[in-house]
Amino acid sequence: MAEKPKKPQELVQSIEYKPPRKRWMDTPVEFHKGTFNYSAAVDKLKYLDLPYPRKWQPTEEDWQLPDNWQEIIHKGFKDRLDKYRSFRVFMDICVRCGACADKCHYFIGSGDPRNMPVLRAELLRSVYRNDFTTAGKILGGLAGGRKLTVKVLKEWFYYFYQCTECRRCSVFCPYGIDTAEITMMARELLNLVGLNIDWICTPAANCFRTGNHLGIQPHGFKDSIEFAVDELEELTGVRVNAPINKKGAEILFVAPSADYFASPHYYTLLGYLALFHEVGLDYTWSSYASEGGNFGLFHSYETMKRLNSKIYMEAKRLGVKWVLGGECGHMWRVIHQYMDTLNGPADFLEVPVSPITGTKFEHARSTRMVHIMEFTSDLIRHNKIKLDPGRNDHWRVTFHDSCNPARAMGLIEEPRYVINHVCNNFIEMPENTIKEQTFCCGSGSGLGTDENMEMRLRGGLPRANAVKFVHEKNDVNILLCICAIDKATLPPLLEYWVPDVEVGGIHEMVGNALVMTGENERLTDLRGTPYPEKEGGENV
Amino acid sequence: MHLFFSLAAVLVLLILVFIGVDVVGWRYLFGVVIPIATIISFILGMLYRVIKWARSPVPFRIPTTCGQQKSLSWIKAGNLESPHNIWGVLGRMVLEVLFFRSLFRNTKVSLKEGPRLVYGSTKWLWLGGLVFHWSFLVIFVRHFKFFAEPVPAWVMALQNLDGFFQVGLPIIYLTDIAFLAALTFLLLRRLVDPKLRYISLAADYFPLFLIIGIAVTGILMRYFTKVDIVGIKEMAMGWLNLAPVVPAGIGTLFYMHLFLVCCLFIYFPFSKLLHMAGVFFSPTRNLANTNRVKRHVNPWDYSVKVHTYEEYEDEFRDVMKAAEMPLEKE
Amino acid sequence: MKLKEFLAKNKKVILERWFDRIIDSYPADSSNFLRHERNRFDNPVGYTISRDIEYLYDALCGGMADDRLGTCLENIVRIRAVQDFTPSQAMAFIPVLKDVVKETLAGQTGDCSTDSELTDFNRRVDRLCLLGFDVYMKCREKIYEIKANEAKMRVYKLLERTNLLDRESINEE
Ligand code: HEM
Ligand code: SF4
Ligand code: SF4
Repeated sequence: MAEKPKKPQELVQSIEYKPPRKRWMDTPVEFHKGTFNYSAAVDKLKYLDLPYPRKWQPTEEDWQLPDNWQEIIHKGFKDRLDKYRSFRVFMDICVRCGACADKCHYFIGSGDPRNMPVLRAELLRSVYRNDFTTAGKILGGLAGGRKLTVKVLKEWFYYFYQCTECRRCSVFCPYGIDTAEITMMARELLNLVGLNIDWICTPAANCFRTGNHLGIQPHGFKDSIEFAVDELEELTGVRVNAPINKKGAEILFVAPSADYFASPHYYTLLGYLALFHEVGLDYTWSSYASEGGNFGLFHSYETMKRLNSKIYMEAKRLGVKWVLGGECGHMWRVIHQYMDTLNGPADFLEVPVSPITGTKFEHARSTRMVHIMEFTSDLIRHNKIKLDPGRNDHWRVTFHDSCNPARAMGLIEEPRYVINHVCNNFIEMPENTIKEQTFCCGSGSGLGTDENMEMRLRGGLPRANAVKFVHEKNDVNILLCICAIDKATLPPLLEYWVPDVEVGGIHEMVGNALVMTGENERLTDLRGTPYPEKEGGENV
Repeated sequence: MHLFFSLAAVLVLLILVFIGVDVVGWRYLFGVVIPIATIISFILGMLYRVIKWARSPVPFRIPTTCGQQKSLSWIKAGNLESPHNIWGVLGRMVLEVLFFRSLFRNTKVSLKEGPRLVYGSTKWLWLGGLVFHWSFLVIFVRHFKFFAEPVPAWVMALQNLDGFFQVGLPIIYLTDIAFLAALTFLLLRRLVDPKLRYISLAADYFPLFLIIGIAVTGILMRYFTKVDIVGIKEMAMGWLNLAPVVPAGIGTLFYMHLFLVCCLFIYFPFSKLLHMAGVFFSPTRNLANTNRVKRHVNPWDYSVKVHTYEEYEDEFRDVMKAAEMPLEKE
Repeated sequence: MKLKEFLAKNKKVILERWFDRIIDSYPADSSNFLRHERNRFDNPVGYTISRDIEYLYDALCGGMADDRLGTCLENIVRIRAVQDFTPSQAMAFIPVLKDVVKETLAGQTGDCSTDSELTDFNRRVDRLCLLGFDVYMKCREKIYEIKANEAKMRVYKLLERTNLLDRESINEE
């Protein structure tokens, strides 16, 4: 399946390229460079005790499947049908009305029909019909069934690692069929026969071992936080306290680990540090549970649960009252919809109460973990912090709703409330590209790596296109978001499609606007970009 | 191929009736045995499917939120789009089932530009789907008049309403026209849009042709050839009273209509038509977004191998100590 | 009729045909969506192509002096540079215009445009195509640059100070 160089003559003929008209079931996939992910490293798979670790690559002909792979998948399939009503119902009830078809950013950006959510699901459904329904067993192809062959398996691998589990399709489906859910099942099945991708399994193994996706050891984590404290002091003149692994603190704070190491995440970290100091929060970081993001969500129920377990265990060990979570999308999918079920009940914690405003976060009564947007908007609402939004006047901002907070949580107004208080120039993107209809960054769910950059750029086109619109029309120059994956993957996306628009987190803006007691006059924003001279200066 | 197979299948069914009734004369089979078998198989089939769904547990609470969650008291929560209590869930389901709320979302298209303005086709899907289903329902209910004596007043009321705008005889029901129009639209849609053609299977065409067949035979009976209504009612009452009769003089057309209806209902539990029941089981729609308020229990949860803090400290104690980080054990 | 007049008069037809030919290079099953969905946010690919070929066309007819030429060319090429096309397939959308014009001319009776005018026009199309290849290369280079950059940004703050990255990693267990 590797790309063969074509003869010049063939090339000339293929210029008038019109794709062949064939039924999708009869068209095998081709692994073009730039559209797929590499297989997972053997040592990481072993570290996580995942099945059938081996060296292989998607472009190879032979994937070295275990001999009884069909049996394994059949059994795994049945198992999951019996365990998940969602899966069984979604396999049965799609009417192929096509309402979801053009809602997927990958389809919109690539035009590949198998990227229509309905067809992505049909890849699995066709096998379901063949193996598990009477009609399929009797009528086979006529009933839309097909046998599970290596070709089909390759197709699964290709297309289920081209779904970012963003749930946009599910918003438009009359039955709420959620292709993300189907993708999760498919990825679990692929894992059963050892087909994994590296950008999911390596971070997962690293998080499991060291607590962050890069595999940085505890002292490195501490260094990072201390470095940020130093830098914040340079910028503001205020030395903040950032306790790590402190027993008896009131609150455990968990952020995605990219916030400590990556740019532009880092400026959000500065924002958190400044805010917590200013309101005098009694909190602690943890080096053990230093990753809120959960790569297990993209892999399997088990891996998700294993990674997630750390947060509650650490909260218990440190004896905190409740947990506060930072800006991250898939982290919040797990915390909001899965954590309590997976690793609860959190009866050793208390119902979260903001120590500053006294607000009881009733909506987190059971899970006992609060989103930082909820926390900060509550602070602002109660006038507990002094803000100077003028310090963000060099930014004309728009806001990208990350898929998970929007469609798996409903966190829509809180971030907007905060932005409106810390920035003077906030412009929304068009209605059909934000809130519950938001377009994915195109790189979520473990697909944000460089080997599939072309695919990501295609998938990100709808998002970038809307950014471009407000950039051209309203001079927007920064795209805010509350997700670590977004902060990592939107910059390259925009660099390609809309150069001149930066990416940042909301708490970076909070940090800029926050007037801290005893601070020096801010000469630069948190990025170190000098503010224009005030009146009386040279000129503007 | 899928298309022609489906069409052929429906034609074969019609020919079967013709041979069965007109040539061989098995009126009892087509008039009594098959309808009663249909009722039984439909009920059993539906029970089987629904029980099967119901027995698959719902391990996680995974509503798709399409609006603001309920969080802080001063932020307005969208109870219908992101339900936070049972009323929200019910409201959401009602909107979904009766008005196809999610399909309607497709129409929220604001800016239309470019040289060739085309209206979002998905709006038509919503409208077509809605008309199809509602007229199906009304027609279905109108048929109750064959199964009850005296005919319930509300059935008559509905029937009168349906025929309200018409003068002359026989009264033409609005739903008949709407039904045929919507069916035609749904079929054409599948044929004309390459995207839909690409995803369509025999299982998509077949029910459409079957229902078209039912509609056409029904309309032929009502408006073009006269059938013996009294006889038919006698027969229908017979199934319910379990005292089957086969009155003479009922035409082949009726047997065709009846047989196609039977096929539809036998086919129902084994096909995508199940969506009628399935929509009520969809976890992304029928669960409340109360995830952090109330713990959801996964019945098959099992414990997994975790990485405890103790193991972590054991592995990294030296570096942690060197970095002066607090330790459990020195 | 001069070719120039002909091109101006038949602009709509030619653009439509050109657009159709471009969309034909996508899988047939999705072409309807690309062709007909006119919401610029729901269908950025189709929208961009249909909008920007018009500018390109105007530039070609008007002596390539339009400032927007570069931007419009870039808008389209940038999309095609990341889609499933070989470089030649990606760029084929430009020379195809020559065929479209020729076909449209053939359908006209009493056409009196001279060959030299047509040669001239075709030469401009060729030039556009060559320009397009420059843009295409620029886009591909950008992609490589972005890839390298992204990896760096991920550990930006780490690199900025010491080399803390734990290299032994897990395999030594
Ligand atoms: C609670 C009840 C029901 C709901 C919410 C529902 C909803 C829907 C929706 C949203 C569609 C997609 C739109 C469309 O293609 O028209 C659909 C399609 C369809 N429904 Fe239903 N439906 C229900 C009951 C039924 C029943 C009782 C039948 C009986 C025969 C039926 C037959 C069909 C058929 C044949 C289609 C496919 C139309 C096509 O192929 O384009 N539905 N339904
Ligand atoms: S919208 Fe839902 S029912 Fe319609 S094709 Fe997509 S998944 Fe199937
Ligand atoms: S979940 Fe998102 S990426 Fe996956 S099929 Fe649906 S729209 Fe596409």
